[in-house]
Amino acid sequence: MLEITNLSKSFPGVRALDDVNLSLKEGEIRALMGENGAGKSTLIKVLTGAYPRSGGQIRFDGELINPTSPADAQRLGISTVYQELNLAPNLSVAENICLGDEDRRYGMIDWKAARQRSISALDRLGIEVGPNKLLGSLSTAQQQFVAIARALDRQARVLILDEPTSSLDADEIKALFSILKRLKDEGLAILFVTHFLGQVYELCDSITVLRNGSNAGDFSVSECPPDQLVSAMLGRELTAEMSHASVAQSSDEVVLQADKLGRRHMVGQLSFELRRGEVLGLSGLLGSGRTETLRLTYGAETADTGRLTVSGKPVERQTPRKMMQAGLGICPEDRKTEGILPGLSVRENLILALQSNRGWYRPLSLRKQNDIVNEMIAKLGIKTPDGNKPIDQLSGGNQQKVILARWLISNPQILLLDEPTRGIDIGSKEEVKSLIARLASEGTSFLLTSSEIEEILEVCSRTLVLRDREMVAELQGGELNEAKIMEIIAGGKA
Amino acid sequence: MKRLGPTSVPLIGLVALLLMNAALSPGFLAVTVRDGHLSGSIVDVFLRAVPVLLLSIGMTLVIATGGVDLSVGAVMAIAGAVAAGILVHPAGTPFANISGTPTMLAVLGIPIAVAATAGAFNGLLVAAGIQPIVATLALMVAGRGVAQLLTNGQIVTFTDERMSALGNGFWLGLPIPIWIAAACALAVFVLVRKSALGLFISATGASERASYLVGIPNKGIKVFAYLVCGLLAGVAGLIACSDIKGADSHNAGLYLELDAILATCLGGTSMTGGRFNLAGTIVGAILMQTLTTIILTRGVSLEATLITKAVLVIGVCLFQSPVFRAKLTREKSA
Repeated sequence: MLEITNLSKSFPGVRALDDVNLSLKEGEIRALMGENGAGKSTLIKVLTGAYPRSGGQIRFDGELINPTSPADAQRLGISTVYQELNLAPNLSVAENICLGDEDRRYGMIDWKAARQRSISALDRLGIEVGPNKLLGSLSTAQQQFVAIARALDRQARVLILDEPTSSLDADEIKALFSILKRLKDEGLAILFVTHFLGQVYELCDSITVLRNGSNAGDFSVSECPPDQLVSAMLGRELTAEMSHASVAQSSDEVVLQADKLGRRHMVGQLSFELRRGEVLGLSGLLGSGRTETLRLTYGAETADTGRLTVSGKPVERQTPRKMMQAGLGICPEDRKTEGILPGLSVRENLILALQSNRGWYRPLSLRKQNDIVNEMIAKLGIKTPDGNKPIDQLSGGNQQKVILARWLISNPQILLLDEPTRGIDIGSKEEVKSLIARLASEGTSFLLTSSEIEEILEVCSRTLVLRDREMVAELQGGELNEAKIMEIIAGGKA
Repeated sequence: MKRLGPTSVPLIGLVALLLMNAALSPGFLAVTVRDGHLSGSIVDVFLRAVPVLLLSIGMTLVIATGGVDLSVGAVMAIAGAVAAGILVHPAGTPFANISGTPTMLAVLGIPIAVAATAGAFNGLLVAAGIQPIVATLALMVAGRGVAQLLTNGQIVTFTDERMSALGNGFWLGLPIPIWIAAACALAVFVLVRKSALGLFISATGASERASYLVGIPNKGIKVFAYLVCGLLAGVAGLIACSDIKGADSHNAGLYLELDAILATCLGGTSMTGGRFNLAGTIVGAILMQTLTTIILTRGVSLEATLITKAVLVIGVCLFQSPVFRAKLTREKSA
């Protein structure tokens, strides 16, 4: 149905897409995979006319098409649901679905028809959302469904989903997948961009892998084992060096103790201990209180019950500044708004925590800063020409490394990592994981959340499981396995 | 092509303006020695730029934190009113009870302290979560009222030679205000660039949440920026008041906050906060005064000055936009 041949796109100085081929049949779900910077987003933007292409052809039903804007592509029947949903949160569901294509009656918008249309589009997905509800009051997953309904309302025949699952929890992903399968049976062609291997095998029929702007593989899911897929994405075999060291044994020394720490409407009373050199995992669904636990521990939110003790000393009325001075550091989940300082250079972003710890009156000399920054760039393999590049021009994985480096240079005892590998490519993921293992063996303690159970199993020696904002279990040793965690998360007895 | 530094765009603009005018009116750049001190159009440009320059240095810090201070013009008026009040203590004003000749320290120190307090007050409001434009709008409106109350609605004039020397005197051949501006600029530069304050200010402006998480005292940083801004507005107010040998609460510093914001923009500091460029701001302030002087000396009306300023501002800001520059270079390379 959709046939892309020899598609190219050049930006000044960069060839972002180089002779890319991709085809999509009726009723096919194709995964589009690749590391960050492989050209996935560019491909989508060129395909939907957001960027003009530099070469190649797009055929739709055998006819050459030339979309000049996403709206144009939508008219042709190619709709995109972006990762950052481009909907208006302060409008109703019906308004969002019909926006830009309203029925008119006597020159006025026919809201009755709009509501009807929304209901029929939502029905087609088999979901119940009131058309008069304010979009912003819905969960992210529901908003995503509304975005898909909007695409259906425009008679989309090709649906492009850009990382739709990155902010959904397991149940929501399940709901999304059953909707996508239903649409597939109706004959829609779906292009599914994702970082998650498991989801590809669960949902997709075929896979196109991009690497450095070129095709790096075209597989049928049934004939492509995961390791082959990963090596196509990375362009190399996974080496032993890249998988992390075995989980080290931690000492008995308790560095952090939380006693009935909690905050109303946020998370119930938590009690746990973190030992020196230990990687303690926080497992649970999105919204189970993982992130909240980290934020309370760091004082980013104020706890209204409980006590926190760092290295035997109680910390009263925690604030980030106090916790930092007590030897803690945090890599927040929302890197864009809470991690990086956009507009400032890599160097400034990197030395900020150290400088903040020293105070404003004891500045690091520029030379010292450059020494530290160059050392960290080399040590963590941060891809940047030098420390003066604005951090927002780095890829997600490199930004994450800068934020890790920010804390590493200030020698924290305890690092709180909230989804440290979210949104970064597979190569960087492995590097971050092995870095955590190395630091833990050197005596740094970690409290780490991850929505990927696999990752928890790989990195953590002990795991707390949260459900509905309560801590429900603590697992270690032989108990620590995927089945057990799933069972507890799903509501089984601990 | 070597990449242009952040200060170069306004600097090129300034040099181009000066050369253009030197070509149109010979002698513009000439500096002569008269009565033992330097004199000439160019010295005059620098002298007249002093108040806006002082305001825009403080404004740059405030804008870098992600805020804006609309009250600096009013704070200038307050500082002038306090200084003249202490000096003259006219009947019917709050200063009527002062007797004798006050020391110069009181005449200069008290107004500056009052201005710094006003700035800190702005900072506290902003730190408490009030939007900067609203918080400082309050003092912009109320401040001029305060200044008028302090002078009982009159223009308080004085003849004190020490005070008038501040705006009209010379030292080592140059007008004293130029020395004051240079000293203030240097002091602020050293304070923010030789300590980590500059980094913290940028961090606060770039992302308040991210900098909170690394333990930067955002609120303290904001209070500091507004305090410095108020303090410099106080200095500017004293110079303006000394220049006309009187405190005119209605007109002192009127609309100068806008010029200070413009100078900051021209200098390449983004209104969204984050990175700032003090050197660029200084060039920006001088650039605007050069333009005003040139237009006035060429006999164009004041109304036209305003429009020309606006065109210039749009032009320079366009040139500083990375998107616009990328377009230019792309077209050139194509």
